[in-house]
Amino acid sequence: MAEFLSLHDAVARYVQDGATVAMEGFTHLIPFAAGHEIIRQETRDLTLIRMTPDLVYDQMIGAGCAKKVIFSWGGNPGVGSLHRLRDAVEKGWPHKVEILEHSHAAMACAFEAGAAGLPLAVLRGYVGSELPNVNDQIKFIECPFTGERLAAVPSVRPDVSIVHAQRADRAGNVLVEGIIGVQKEAVLAAQHSIVTVEEIVDDLTTQSDYHPNACVIPGWAISAVAVAEKGSYPSYTHGYYPRDNRFYKEWDAIARDRDAFTKWLDENVYNAGGKS
Amino acid sequence: MSLDYSSSEMMTVTAARALENGMTCFVGIGLPSEAANLARLTHAPDVVLIYESGTLQTKPDVLPLSIGDGELCESALTTVSVPEMFRYWLQGGKVSVGFLGTAQIDRFANLNTTLIGDYHDPKVRLPGGGGAPEIATCAGEVFITLKHSRRAFVRDVDFVTTLGFGRDGKGRDGVPNIGRGPTRVITDLCVMKPDPDTKELVVVSLHPGVTREDVIEATGWEIRFASELDSTPEPSVKELEILRDLKDRTARKHAGE
Repeated sequence: MAEFLSLHDAVARYVQDGATVAMEGFTHLIPFAAGHEIIRQETRDLTLIRMTPDLVYDQMIGAGCAKKVIFSWGGNPGVGSLHRLRDAVEKGWPHKVEILEHSHAAMACAFEAGAAGLPLAVLRGYVGSELPNVNDQIKFIECPFTGERLAAVPSVRPDVSIVHAQRADRAGNVLVEGIIGVQKEAVLAAQHSIVTVEEIVDDLTTQSDYHPNACVIPGWAISAVAVAEKGSYPSYTHGYYPRDNRFYKEWDAIARDRDAFTKWLDENVYNAGGKS
Repeated sequence: MSLDYSSSEMMTVTAARALENGMTCFVGIGLPSEAANLARLTHAPDVVLIYESGTLQTKPDVLPLSIGDGELCESALTTVSVPEMFRYWLQGGKVSVGFLGTAQIDRFANLNTTLIGDYHDPKVRLPGGGGAPEIATCAGEVFITLKHSRRAFVRDVDFVTTLGFGRDGKGRDGVPNIGRGPTRVITDLCVMKPDPDTKELVVVSLHPGVTREDVIEATGWEIRFASELDSTPEPSVKELEILRDLKDRTARKHAGE
């Protein structure tokens, strides 16, 4: 059963230097509070997996947590570039970061294959794309039944996956609502998992809006649950608070400049006393 | 209102007109999303819009800033997981049109959203593939919309993120279970379609007031023109009103948040 820990203790226990970490949430429920806790604990040499690195990985890369980033779309949605990611890739600041890039379809399939305990995902993908020329983790196989050429990628099996959700109950069962992305797959694919939530309720199944087909991750499939109010801000939590689109736009200027970024990090993460 | 309109509005309205009722459209963020929603609010109220965040049959009141804005989920018939979206709905053959933007496009409609320069020593790093590589091959056909410039319209893209018709125009030949690929490219100057034989993009229609020289000037290869060159119909007053309302609502919503 999931253990209830503070976010500090959950990160300290499960996110070690050199770990492979997936922090998911497809432009929704992005686990920013957990990302900031990892930055504060100065965890290093992480292999960071995420379909859309978004601001959370931009911040972690700029703070020096990442050794390698595996992703499929690395931009600031609707705004432009992730300048910390670019600075690390193009100029090696604060140090060189290795990247491995996929398409969304391949990464989504790789998370699903990880949850299914398979070594690889098979998809009709990458036809005519030059991504296989620069990513040696993309191969092609022949269907043994039809002979069709199909793409294969290794499944995603992180040491730890971290996701944010609306709420958990006292048994550690977690409800995810709205755009559910690959959250469930990320949790099930990982050796350990941390779920941050907005709030804890007594029992999810007796709540008036509970639905038998809701996306629920059972507590016995999760390592740790930690309460993090507004834990996905400036992303959003469906039913709780909206995406701060203005901050996403403001981030462009902050992240363009190393000094502005460092100042922002000091004020909003290092010296925020676990409140960011 | 008079019929004064900008070249951007001309592009959006022309792109919107490419969509019809009965189509199921996998929508890219940005210009494609603007055009697809204009189509839904004007001549194609029953067009089905799908975004890669898992939102099926969505009817947003304002344009999303990101592919995962809450508005898309709240106005959708249902929202599925991202693996389900790509596996069942896209790869499963349920999408008739993919509507994409791009940073770079070449004469065979290959798209580059990965980087400018050399892969291992990039001049400019772009966001990457996202959903596009499989949208372009699994959807029945592909519409592309972007602003016309020499920087964007290059003879050969620096990197083929997403297949048009390949470096030689033959990239789809003999490939099983693949869509028709790009069938039209809509810019702020013109509409292009691939030549039926060579697959090279050819201008089939010029927007009002645009000359052949304007297009030649803004294209990085020796662009060809169809022998019977059309003039793109102007936007109607109704289309312009609805587009401007949509953009005003969107600007107010995003500024207020």
